[in-house]
Amino acid sequence: MTLRWDVLAAILGMAAVTYLCRAGGYAILRVTRPPPFVQAMLQHLPGCIFVAFLAPALAREGWPAWVAAAAALLAQARLGKLALSILVGVAVLWGLRALPGALSGALPGG
Amino acid sequence: MRVGFTAAGARRGCRAALALTIGLMPFGLVVGMAADAKGLSLLETLVMSGLVFAGTAQLVALELWADPAPVLAATLAVLVINLRMAPMGAALAPVLDRLSGLRLWGSLAVLVDNAFALMVAEMRAGRRDAGFLVGASLTMWANWMVMCCVGHVFGAAVRLPPGHPVFFASVAALMAILVPIWRGRSDLLPWVVAGAAALAAHGAGLGAPWPVLAGALLGSAAGAARDLRRT
Repeated sequence: MTLRWDVLAAILGMAAVTYLCRAGGYAILRVTRPPPFVQAMLQHLPGCIFVAFLAPALAREGWPAWVAAAAALLAQARLGKLALSILVGVAVLWGLRALPGALSGALPGG
Repeated sequence: MRVGFTAAGARRGCRAALALTIGLMPFGLVVGMAADAKGLSLLETLVMSGLVFAGTAQLVALELWADPAPVLAATLAVLVINLRMAPMGAALAPVLDRLSGLRLWGSLAVLVDNAFALMVAEMRAGRRDAGFLVGASLTMWANWMVMCCVGHVFGAAVRLPPGHPVFFASVAALMAILVPIWRGRSDLLPWVVAGAAALAAHGAGLGAPWPVLAGALLGSAAGAARDLRRT
């Protein structure tokens, strides 16, 4: 159970800038009245943040991830249970990744 | 107690977050394992996870970890990765505007992606209780601490490879959250622009956080431009 000073300094630096990011956007908004265009942007920002986060993450993983993501989306839209949708997404990706191996094992020369 | 922050709201936020914890567990494990691999003690790992509470940023910082600890490099890397949180706080203005003092700046201190998403779905259902946000955030924080601890202690024994499907859980969680955030066809244009801009930035070889920021800003600007032209 050690806590080295250099490690602590790095952690405190990381924590300080993270708080700056968490509070900074709202702090700026609180002291300045944003123009109508920025106010309209804020209405759209939440959904766009997540779409913009997910698209490159899926692109990195390849097509099985797109299929698994669509399965999670569909499960959530039809059944509305978050935990279940997450499990469906992971299970579909797991299945798709295991598939080529299973097929090449079953088919001679595959 | 101010109307903008209730204990009942906190309990509802806690319950909503519990449904998501399964998606966040693998991520906590990874961070605990990475910290162990870089030689951080359990105490150091928990202090980091407790104070920083941002998985992607912690992973990136741990990747460039050295002995002695790279104070400046880790701080800068975390700053860049977490820039995406600045617009999140701004987008929560309808909830946060009714708070002040510790309630306001404390709520922001525990703000995290998935709790933000749940709060947005809550706002769109017409509820603006910041207790919900804090209840959800603290539940995720507790889960985060437990999983980082488990990852650090048992990481060497479990040894999951980096591309293992269980790590897809955090992506699947965000995917599922898109459903309650979706408001209807008016979201289509900004979302398509956001995805396309993020993919373009990613394809151009830009790393985090630039694809997220480019997509978020261009997508919401496209939505705003359309809305203002309509009215």
